[in-house]
Amino acid sequence: MTDLLPLIVAKYNYWLYVILMMIGLYAMIAKNNLIKKLVGMNIFQTAIILFYVSIGYKTDATIPIIQNAHGGGSHGAVIHAADYINPLPHVLMLTAIVVSVATFGVAMALAVRIYQRYQTLEEDELRMRLIDIGPEE
Amino acid sequence: MKFLGVVIVCLTGALLLYGTGEFPDWGDPNSPASLHLSNDYIEKAFEETQVPNLVTAVLADYRGFDTMFETSVIFCAGLACFLLLRDFSQKKERFYRHIPTGVILHVKNSKKILKVGKEFEHMDKDWVPSDLIIKTVCRIIIPFIQLYALYVVAHGDFSPGGGFQGGVIFGSSLILLAISYDLKTLVNRIKEKVFGIYAAIGVLIYVGIGAICMPMGGNFLDYSRLAPLVPGDPHHIRALGMLGIEIGVGIAVTAVMAIIYINIVSEGRHDEGL
Repeated sequence: MTDLLPLIVAKYNYWLYVILMMIGLYAMIAKNNLIKKLVGMNIFQTAIILFYVSIGYKTDATIPIIQNAHGGGSHGAVIHAADYINPLPHVLMLTAIVVSVATFGVAMALAVRIYQRYQTLEEDELRMRLIDIGPEE
Repeated sequence: MKFLGVVIVCLTGALLLYGTGEFPDWGDPNSPASLHLSNDYIEKAFEETQVPNLVTAVLADYRGFDTMFETSVIFCAGLACFLLLRDFSQKKERFYRHIPTGVILHVKNSKKILKVGKEFEHMDKDWVPSDLIIKTVCRIIIPFIQLYALYVVAHGDFSPGGGFQGGVIFGSSLILLAISYDLKTLVNRIKEKVFGIYAAIGVLIYVGIGAICMPMGGNFLDYSRLAPLVPGDPHHIRALGMLGIEIGVGIAVTAVMAIIYINIVSEGRHDEGL
């Protein structure tokens, strides 16, 4: 136990993302309601976003916006990579967030269609109704 | 199923946590992700593009293709929502309110549509009169939200922001209008067709700016070739090109947010909803 604690503290960002991701995965596997599954999917995506953003972090560095860029008289100044955090994960996750909103919208649209047709969003009831109705005519 | 789920989740979680033992520590400046390409971006991007916000520089310039197809994905999501849900059939039962007297008419199974205007207005089945305080506050707040969204788009090169964020903020102001009044207010003010056209125009602006670079002698999305077309300092041409495509992204995201919201809350009929 004494060995494990410093290990967790040094890498607590990964522990947080794994816990969040498993909450999302559990919701996607075990929940019966389709909307709850969608919420689980969103939590899963959020965990991945946290993971990427935490990879880009550097101690003692600031956000990736060049300081005093215009009019600060620092045009000749050398920019040190250690002063700014890694912009690449931020770029990837920026687009991932918007795409996750879009995919969530499409998933909600599908859920609305399923509800219009079967009057339920519970998976077990849905399965029963599918057996009742039989294959598509 | 629940038990099986717990077992799978615990196994996967343990495997992932075991894997983190090999990962770099939190905030390690020498982690593999921060060593190769990232340093190049941080040190060269400002010199090459004159854009202080490195995230925007990488997003719109170095990874311009990626962002272009992300925008197409957003457009396709809006299209998918429309195709899945849109329902053009008129409902048989309709409710109208006679404005001078407040009498509510319930029209059943009639082909005849009452003219909506000074005398009659449409009414929703579960209509609740909107609260005056909410209406007033939202009416005052919405223009400021939209102004802020435009600021976020326009200032994306210099401070946190950009087309995606600004577009989402602008779209949320439209959703606020639909929530605080009712869906018909939004749909009557901005027609469905306009949203569809704007979503396409946004993607077209992005692709168009990329395509203009080709007859000017450059590669696709090589903004530096646009310099003869734009007056002003040619050093800032890359920043201006990025601003152009951010505007396109903002327009597309705004329109798609509104399309998704309107279609989902009204189940595709665009008449009543949240």
